[in-house]
Amino acid sequence: MLAARVVQDHGVHVEGINFYTGFCVEGHTHAIRSKDQQRPKRNNALWVAEQLGMPLHIVDVIEEYKEVLPRPRYGYGANLNPCLDCKVFMVGKAREWMEANGFDFIVTGEVIGQRPKSQTRDKLPVINRDAGVEDLLLRPLSAKLLEPTRPEREGWVDRERLFELHGRSRKPQFALARELGIEAWAQPAGGCCFLTDATYSAKLADLWQARGSREYDLDDIMLLKVGRHLRPRDHFKLIIAREAGETRFLQGYKRRYPHLRTTSHGGPVALIDGDWNEHDLELAARLVARYSSGRHAERVELEFEDTEGRVRPLSVPPMASDCVPDAWYVGGDHGDS
Amino acid sequence: MATAEELDCRHLLCPLPVIRTQARVARMAVGAELQVVVTDPGALEDIPAWCRVHGHEVVATEAAGDEQRIRIRVGGG
Ligand code: SF4
Repeated sequence: MLAARVVQDHGVHVEGINFYTGFCVEGHTHAIRSKDQQRPKRNNALWVAEQLGMPLHIVDVIEEYKEVLPRPRYGYGANLNPCLDCKVFMVGKAREWMEANGFDFIVTGEVIGQRPKSQTRDKLPVINRDAGVEDLLLRPLSAKLLEPTRPEREGWVDRERLFELHGRSRKPQFALARELGIEAWAQPAGGCCFLTDATYSAKLADLWQARGSREYDLDDIMLLKVGRHLRPRDHFKLIIAREAGETRFLQGYKRRYPHLRTTSHGGPVALIDGDWNEHDLELAARLVARYSSGRHAERVELEFEDTEGRVRPLSVPPMASDCVPDAWYVGGDHGDS
Repeated sequence: MATAEELDCRHLLCPLPVIRTQARVARMAVGAELQVVVTDPGALEDIPAWCRVHGHEVVATEAAGDEQRIRIRVGGG
């Protein structure tokens, strides 16, 4: 946001690009969970664009990102976040967009040393080189600490009026925001993507491990954001809704996954993912019953529905909570948040 | 009222409805109208915000059960 504003102040026409990988934090969980419905649902990038009075293009890179995430050349960060590869990819996409739309250069808000792995001084040139942008990438917030780029040499922007921010502290950026008269400043301190989240990454790693492959589709990665994920056996897992909003959301997947729902008591919908057998079905039903309001009843009645819509009744004793081993909760996440 | 093209974005979560709207509007003429049908309430914020930054106009929004319809008039950009 700051970087775009700084360049605007040089009289340059700036348009924003926001890449949607499928892992972005925006929106989803808010939309799904009823308890989050009250929170503002605005899209941050759009909000920023509006503050700056610039058009914003949201680009779908879900498919292409499937090539970036599984085998990152420069490895992962603390979790499954391939930040350096991700930046190379996004700057490369921005270059394509710039060329296709007749723009002259690219601006990013990177600050030297702000992120431990992907924004160190020696990593920035890697992004330029691998993304093929050479000296057409301007980082106005740290520009004075970097070699002059073409926009500076050509006088499209005035290098003297750019900045020399560096390091992890965000204070200088806040000060700059104030100076520019930006009151509300939307810059998430952490990642804006689920891949920086330890629990989410553990769920993704579990999915890859269970499938024996690092392929995924959009539904897979959406479902990792929803419900309790329990893997009682290596070959199948359950996704159990935690509340009404999630139940509605999971119902949207009932032609893709077989599911269980309680009938004798109020309870969640649960999807079954994997190669389960008859024996597993009983275990699955007992677990779902444990999360229904019949958890203390002798028996709970359920319905099992396969992906063709065939329904079959089941009746099971709910599993006692102390019989559910911790290890079954994927990523150690009990889903109580 | 002019007849509007319709774009079905039901069961898509944000920002996908915005992305689909953006792709469709790019192929439409100035002054044409598009009706976007969504189920993610977030789209009620995002699509109008997207329209504002691109100079398109939201002419009406209406709710029908779990669905919302957002009618857009394509601006000069
Ligand atoms: S936090 Fe996520 S979106 Fe941001 S650079 Fe890292 S992997 Fe990419």
